[in-house]
Amino acid sequence: MAKRVEASNVTAYYGGFKAIENINLTVEPKTVTALIGPSGCGKSTFLRSINRMHEVLPGARVEGNLTIDDQDIYDRDVDVTAVRRMIGMVFQRPNPFPTMSIFENVVAGLKLNGVRRKSILEEAAEKALRSANLWDEVKDRLGKPGAGLSGGQQQRLCIARTIAVEPQVVLMDEPCSALDPISTLAIEDLMFQLKDKFTIIIVTHNMQQAARVSDRTAFFSIEKTGDPGRLIEYDNTQKIFSNPSVKKTEDYITGRFG
Amino acid sequence: MGETPHRSADAGTGGTRVTQSHEWPAGASARVAEAPVSTRSPGGVGLGGGGALPRSRKFGAERAFHGLTLAAGTAVLVIIAAIAIFLIAKAVPALRANTENFWSYEGWSPNETEPKFGIGTLAFGTVLSAALALLMAVPVALGIALYLSHYAPRRLGTALGFLVDLLAAVPSVVFGLWGRDIFVNPVRDFSVWLNEYFGWIPIFGGDGPFGKSIMLGALVLAIMVLPIITSLSREVFLQTPTANEEAALALGATRWEMLRTAVLPYGRPGIIAAVMLGLGRALGETIALAMTLGITFGISFNLIQNGGNTIAANIANAFGEANETGRGALIASGLVLFTITLIVNITARAIIYRRREFTESAA
Repeated sequence: MAKRVEASNVTAYYGGFKAIENINLTVEPKTVTALIGPSGCGKSTFLRSINRMHEVLPGARVEGNLTIDDQDIYDRDVDVTAVRRMIGMVFQRPNPFPTMSIFENVVAGLKLNGVRRKSILEEAAEKALRSANLWDEVKDRLGKPGAGLSGGQQQRLCIARTIAVEPQVVLMDEPCSALDPISTLAIEDLMFQLKDKFTIIIVTHNMQQAARVSDRTAFFSIEKTGDPGRLIEYDNTQKIFSNPSVKKTEDYITGRFG
Repeated sequence: MGETPHRSADAGTGGTRVTQSHEWPAGASARVAEAPVSTRSPGGVGLGGGGALPRSRKFGAERAFHGLTLAAGTAVLVIIAAIAIFLIAKAVPALRANTENFWSYEGWSPNETEPKFGIGTLAFGTVLSAALALLMAVPVALGIALYLSHYAPRRLGTALGFLVDLLAAVPSVVFGLWGRDIFVNPVRDFSVWLNEYFGWIPIFGGDGPFGKSIMLGALVLAIMVLPIITSLSREVFLQTPTANEEAALALGATRWEMLRTAVLPYGRPGIIAAVMLGLGRALGETIALAMTLGITFGISFNLIQNGGNTIAANIANAFGEANETGRGALIASGLVLFTITLIVNITARAIIYRRREFTESAA
């Protein structure tokens, strides 16, 4: 269920602008990897290249090699929708489908995969909602709109929607930045449970969060505005936060960035 | 902009802000607009300075604006009521003079000494031609709108969108002339072909003549309502939150699946509104149908034989030589058209309202 993500020399562009350059990084299965760094350093861009969401924007493209368990996801013959089914994504702002009920939201991905049988959908929905620690809160109102939940619940609903299709890798793009501390804690707990089954890669601005949830941490940075983002250091989280080997990383995590 | 200097003044004197919010309870914009006045008010430059609290004003911009909007709102009601009273007053005598059943009689001779007229055929033709027009226009319009909003390159989309809007600017009499003199020929040929091969289906049956039929009228109508529905639904589709589109794509949706999961449901109330506006135009369209329909009185589902008539087209055709009773009869038919439109609109509202729980949270 969980797979290794390997990036070699990944470079991504927005039209003529080079956002990240030569990223080399291997993410082991069933771990949580945090991507940290200042705004505009390309960590979200890198995250979005992993499930080929980067190329959705007009003019955006990716060069280099990205493999999931040795399978090249940028191969010409690979179906992009299959890549995205294998690599789920949770976004910065909770984005449940506003016109759908809680239940419909959770099974949206399964329906896209052609699952129609009600019993299977119900079973999968309960399983996903339980995994997302949301079942007890919503089991009596599955028919109500998903957008009627609180922000934290909505984000857990989005996580349930993502894991309902049983992806190999789950990408999270600042999943807690729009949430209050209690909801954030709930999501962090959830990540801890989820890494039993999934490979998780999370972008976060919150360094305590990175230190709390991740096994490995990658620090991205840019020289100056307009330069492409680069991977500065990638190591065990404990090492990065206690004894980083690059001066720049140390400056950033101790707040002396500038 | 008026806020900042006040704040700094307040800082020195203290307490003034309370006074001000009493004086202008209506919100920031009003306060900004009136801010300079207060410095000239009695009590002098020291805004918090010692004097009595300024009295609330009897006549200010706030009051005046309130009155103005109230008057405008009331005027609408008065005008509508006046029109309704006028129409009913004109229609009732004609309806009294009618010697046949207004609902079921198939014909329109209100100018005779024994007036005979019935609304049934006209109402039927109106609803049939409008429904057919929508049946043809809506799928095409939604297709164009989706293409313009989600498939076409941005520049091409804008240019094509502009062209579609231009189509809406063509006067309906031009569509009528074009339909009557040019478009009628291919439609006639097509009708003959339909009649030959599909004549066993009643709607394509008959012995002719063909051409100036409900089909021609509905096709011209379809072209006329196309731009309204297209440009409105395109606007709605463009408003779909990117977050929702990306959510669908990230779940592994193809472009079309993304449109079905995120864009179309989100735009549903907007699509309904757009279709209703199109239907409103189709129901009320006058001159184009007066020119393209065969103008007969009879209820028939046959789409290709010369014939058909609508309430609005009949008013245009018959008003010129109508006498007192004739005009009253036409006005009565106008009231029926108004009622049909009203029912359509209420239905649309009801459809939107039924799902409001979902659409409201979408906004």
